[in-house]
Amino acid sequence: MKRRNLLASAAMGLMLASGGAFAESHAKTKACFVYVGPIGDGGWTFQHHDGAMQVQAAYGDKVEIQYQENVPEGADAERVLTQMALGGCNIIFTTSFGYMDPTNAVAAKFPDVKFEHATGFKREHPNVSTYNARFYEGRAVQGLIAGRMTKSNKIGYIASFPIPEVIMGINSYYLNAKKVNPAVELSVVWAFTWFDPAKEADSAKALIDQGVDVIASHTDSTAPLAEAAKTEGVIGFGQASDMAEYKDGPRVSSIIDNWGPYYVKRVGALMDGTYAQADAWEGIAGGEVLIGEITDKVPADVKAEAEALRDAIAAGTYHPFTGPINKQDGSVWLADGATAPDGDLLGMGFYVEGIVGDIPQ
Amino acid sequence: MDLGGINPVILIATLMASAVPILLAALGEAVVEKSGVLNLGVEGMMVMGALGGFVVAVETGSPVLGFFGGAVAGAILSLCFAALTQVFLANQVATGLALTLFGLGLSSLGGQGYNGIKPPATGQLLPDFLADLPVIGPIVFGHDWVVYFSIAMTAVLWWVLKSTGIGLIIRAVGESHEAAHALGYKVNRIRLGCIAFGGAMAGMGGAYVSLIRVPQWVDGITAGAGWIALAIVVFASWKPWRVLIGAYLFGGITVLQLNLQVAGSIIPVEYLSMAPYLITIVVLVIMSAGRNGKINGAPACLGQNFHASR
Repeated sequence: MKRRNLLASAAMGLMLASGGAFAESHAKTKACFVYVGPIGDGGWTFQHHDGAMQVQAAYGDKVEIQYQENVPEGADAERVLTQMALGGCNIIFTTSFGYMDPTNAVAAKFPDVKFEHATGFKREHPNVSTYNARFYEGRAVQGLIAGRMTKSNKIGYIASFPIPEVIMGINSYYLNAKKVNPAVELSVVWAFTWFDPAKEADSAKALIDQGVDVIASHTDSTAPLAEAAKTEGVIGFGQASDMAEYKDGPRVSSIIDNWGPYYVKRVGALMDGTYAQADAWEGIAGGEVLIGEITDKVPADVKAEAEALRDAIAAGTYHPFTGPINKQDGSVWLADGATAPDGDLLGMGFYVEGIVGDIPQ
Repeated sequence: MDLGGINPVILIATLMASAVPILLAALGEAVVEKSGVLNLGVEGMMVMGALGGFVVAVETGSPVLGFFGGAVAGAILSLCFAALTQVFLANQVATGLALTLFGLGLSSLGGQGYNGIKPPATGQLLPDFLADLPVIGPIVFGHDWVVYFSIAMTAVLWWVLKSTGIGLIIRAVGESHEAAHALGYKVNRIRLGCIAFGGAMAGMGGAYVSLIRVPQWVDGITAGAGWIALAIVVFASWKPWRVLIGAYLFGGITVLQLNLQVAGSIIPVEYLSMAPYLITIVVLVIMSAGRNGKINGAPACLGQNFHASR
């Protein structure tokens, strides 16, 4: 408690010392971003930073952007968040699932600062909002391409951590591959990291060594594509970012996270006073999830089918999780024609029927 | 031959390649620590080497020059450490940690504009007819030259440290810098040489990651490999062949656990994921324990600065 007082009085001192600047700083909104990896990862963090730059472009001088890269998930993040809040940030975006508890803990101490946590579900305080994108919609399109394109009938998925967001992606990928190719088998590798290029490459290599020829990844770097490029006939997808540099190689399509519009909207709302706590979850329809160009490696009819699926999802006529779907243990999850409620998806902790293996706890 | 869906030949061939970065960095650090210097900046030197190697290889089109560039980049960064600890007698632990942070930041800055470029490929060293032989082909003949280089370096360092005058001097400096100084050896200069060598080896290890294992540049590409190398040096009790065993164990179990996952192993993924760390440590500790309670061969002056005035 003493320490917190000390911090608070230090902050007070700073404010007094910069009295003139303080009045001015009210006119300027400070938006801060916490990244789990480096901006140069070419994937997840790169796209969040792209969104931050869109905020800067949209509001120019009226907004100040601050960010920190490579912030470890867990307790360390609290220190960074506290520093940002003391440093005058008005709104802080924490851009990885593992920041969920630190975000809520720090938010309790700084009720006047707005916190926005990506991909989480805890909003313990009125100043905490959550936002996410329906990546599983993109996974459905990838699954269709994978099911149609695989020659060995073995498709792979490099998973990061066993959280609902990832499990949702695996299930959607598998279900939609299975729909067009009933013989398809899915192998999942848990890398237990968001960003470790060497380990991601090793994971891709392990899949390829086992005969997998279509690889989707849920980690942040381009390493799986670089590994896939070494073996003829293996294809993969851009993850989080378009990864267009692999277009003439293994990359046949991609999921692009487009955070910019959401960031611009939220910072704008904070500036004009219409800001309210939210739980945002947009997908292809809302423009948060974009499907990257499908390359010529994919036959025209498959490409047309994939684009039709994308458009059907955008139009709301198709839901990637449409019953009948059983859980892995054979029990019924969705009845015929039923679609998955958001609550089930956000808390998803099970594989659907047909996937082999267990989810780590 | 398949064991539970895993081909042991491919597995061994893969682990030899995937252990190279850790092996090179750990060998270099073993020499540094033998001379009595604790350089915790391995990760920083590796990532600088990864960038230096990548940039040189891309600009010149030659992967061999790339490895040379990686070694130079690692060595230059290590000389910052050498200047601070050997000339200005700064604390080695703090300086080493700072070196890692500095290397990560500097490489991130220097790597701007190199994202998304593919480096020139490094192929296997020996002709196809050898590499296509059953079993021994992939394991013995199917590698790029760096894999052979790393094994050769293990042998060379073992020989140098054990049986040559230079090795004796390095060990003397690490065991008792006062005595070595009294005999007329330039303690700080010898240490400086060892630090530069360690930096060059770490740099080459890093270059292997960015040029062969991942072939691309992304920020922070080594992702903690330097820390593993540091740990392996300690658990290998500063002996080159044990460093090789440690690196292969770690690399091997890392690859094995991923393959086991794909093959649908009955062992839960959590245990598989922690296996590389646990097993490597346990095996190396068992190997180094048991001789009259002398559980390790740590150089007596490890981490202590030396000034001739004392």
